Amino acid sequence: MEKRVTFKGIWLPILLVLPQLVITVVFFFYPAGQAIWQSLFIPDPFGLSMQWVGLGNFEYLFSDPYYRASFVTTAVFSILVTVVSMGVALYLAVLADRLIKGSGVYRTLLIWPYAVAPAVAGVLWLFMFNTRVGVVAWYLGLLGYDWNHVLNEGEAMGLVVVASAWGRISYNFLFFLAGLQAIPKSVIEAAAIDGAHFWTRFRTIVFPLLSPTTFFLLVVNIIYAFFETFGVIHTITSGGPQQATTILVYKVFSDGFVGQDLGSSAAQSVVLLFLVSILTVVQFKFIERRVHY
Amino acid sequence: MKHSTSVIATAAVLCSTQAAFAQTEIEFWHAFTGRLGDLVAEQVETFNASQGDYTVVASHKGNYSETLNAGIAAFRAGEQPDILMVFEVGTATMMSAKGAVKPVFEVMADAGAEFDQSKYIGSVKGYYTSPDGNMLSLPFNSSTPVLWVNRNKLEEAGIDPDTDLSTWENVGATLDQLKDAGISCPMTTAWQSWIHLENFSAYHDVPFATKDNGFGGTDTELAFNGEAQVAHISAMGEWAQDGKFIYAGRRNEGGANFRGGECALFTESSAGYAGIKAEAEFDFDVRPLPYWSALVDEPQNTIIGGASLWVMEGQSDEEYKGVAAFLNFLSSPEIQAKWHQDTGYLPITTEAGEKTREMGFYDENPGTDIAVIQMTAKEPTNNSKGLRLGSFDQIRGIIDEELEAVWAGDKDAQAALDSAVDRGNTLLRRFEQASQ
Repeated sequence: MEKRVTFKGIWLPILLVLPQLVITVVFFFYPAGQAIWQSLFIPDPFGLSMQWVGLGNFEYLFSDPYYRASFVTTAVFSILVTVVSMGVALYLAVLADRLIKGSGVYRTLLIWPYAVAPAVAGVLWLFMFNTRVGVVAWYLGLLGYDWNHVLNEGEAMGLVVVASAWGRISYNFLFFLAGLQAIPKSVIEAAAIDGAHFWTRFRTIVFPLLSPTTFFLLVVNIIYAFFETFGVIHTITSGGPQQATTILVYKVFSDGFVGQDLGSSAAQSVVLLFLVSILTVVQFKFIERRVHY
Repeated sequence: MKHSTSVIATAAVLCSTQAAFAQTEIEFWHAFTGRLGDLVAEQVETFNASQGDYTVVASHKGNYSETLNAGIAAFRAGEQPDILMVFEVGTATMMSAKGAVKPVFEVMADAGAEFDQSKYIGSVKGYYTSPDGNMLSLPFNSSTPVLWVNRNKLEEAGIDPDTDLSTWENVGATLDQLKDAGISCPMTTAWQSWIHLENFSAYHDVPFATKDNGFGGTDTELAFNGEAQVAHISAMGEWAQDGKFIYAGRRNEGGANFRGGECALFTESSAGYAGIKAEAEFDFDVRPLPYWSALVDEPQNTIIGGASLWVMEGQSDEEYKGVAAFLNFLSSPEIQAKWHQDTGYLPITTEAGEKTREMGFYDENPGTDIAVIQMTAKEPTNNSKGLRLGSFDQIRGIIDEELEAVWAGDKDAQAALDSAVDRGNTLLRRFEQASQ
């Protein structure tokens, strides 16, 4: 006999999932629906009038070469943030996993940056790299390198990537460390006895066994780079120099809240909505297949 | 939900008005923090203490953009303040919001308050008047760009600190000397679009945009890619390439370098006075903004930057009476003269300027009247009355981007300004469509 817990009637299950449903509808479906609805209009800022333009906002957006360029900027930025924050975190986690003495202190120190809000992190990095008074910029000057992220596009991108990845390293570190500690020691010891060196063990045993964690972090980090790095970009570069660090989310903000162009801003949110849906489907469909649970 | 909050709010207002002897509350949202915030609070306290009918409640709502957004969001929710501070680039947005704002001249007339618009300085109020000359908002803090000079740096480079810097030709020659003497930062600037394009255009009496810089209608087009502007941005671009002009950022980042004594020359708002006076450990001068003698024999006037106070629609007559009283209080010579002297912002009335002169302030603080003279020496033309362009905050962002391309040597001045004009025009057409 199949053992299954079933409810009699329909009302109790509905009542039980209701809180979740209400939250999803109020905080997700309703705003998303509003964004889609508004993207079909050009409203004036004060909401006094609205003009139906159909897909006009989307036409307007995609005919703008700067908007199209922003996709490339976003891709470069997200990939760099993800690779840097995950790479460094994995390296540190592997080291911390091997520590015997003082690992508690080491771990605590590594986790700290996660508590720093993105905007504050942005200001901290900006101070260090400020072209005229920054400590790092000054030392680079002594070495004969003229640091100027205010005008140099590559340097600006590098700076926002590092500032965004920095706080994220802690978060990734935590997950990688937990993942590493969940790998049975006996497997690794058996491989060691068979004569596998550290790097071989890492490549053939540790990394594949770590893949669920890596996959989870990949999804989370890309979404982070897409949406939560706004504070860093706003404080460090405001999207500049020229448009070197204007990622899609930053453009939603600047069109909506600096330009008061809510129609275009809503259309961009809808584009992002689709982009993230596609990205998530791709990740779960293709990358997850390679993940060993 | 909206109903229940408004019920609570009404209840709260009822209770507090009873406690406060039936005073009418006037809500005033502004964008000032720090010392300026304290000075605003002081003005409000003085007003509240000066009479018993109204209480002005001032709240800080973030920077200029955030304050405007807070006002817009509040209006959409039906919870707008009585008075909203809006920066000068938001003027066109506010003007086109008929039904959201109540023009100041109407507020004054409806309240039966005394309101003589001729008291206000023409080039200050001009930015905020309707085509028929009525004031739509009350100028609050207005400044205009001037040239700040670090006299010690000039001496260090073997240059007479009193050397004539009234023209860009002379400034160019001085920059050469400074560079040759090994000064690391001969010149820097704040607010590049405002100073080197918007004010530059007014000062040289060339249009920044068609239709009288947008005063003639929302079908205006940008025109700052003219010969004069291209010549200036070209020269600045060359100076940037040669390390004579150091670009520090889009806002007033360069101020730190000047105040720290690193830069010899600095183009910045006259309102930089308080900060420079407090921090500079060197002798400094305020000079009029330079002009190109190759382009004009003598300069026109410069235009203002800063913010004005807009009165929002949808309040009670009693509140509008209070607003009228408060705006008149702010315009009084004593309050204006004090504000002008404390902050370096321009006085909004002629009387306040005269009072400041009588008090001997300009003699004790040489150079503080330069901005006033520069603004008022000539009657403004259609090119120098101000700018009234929609989405202008964002257009400034575009100009910043394109100028950065010039300073970095990626584009020449003509290409950059052409591109800025094209991109800006797209935004102007969007704005025109939205405000139909």
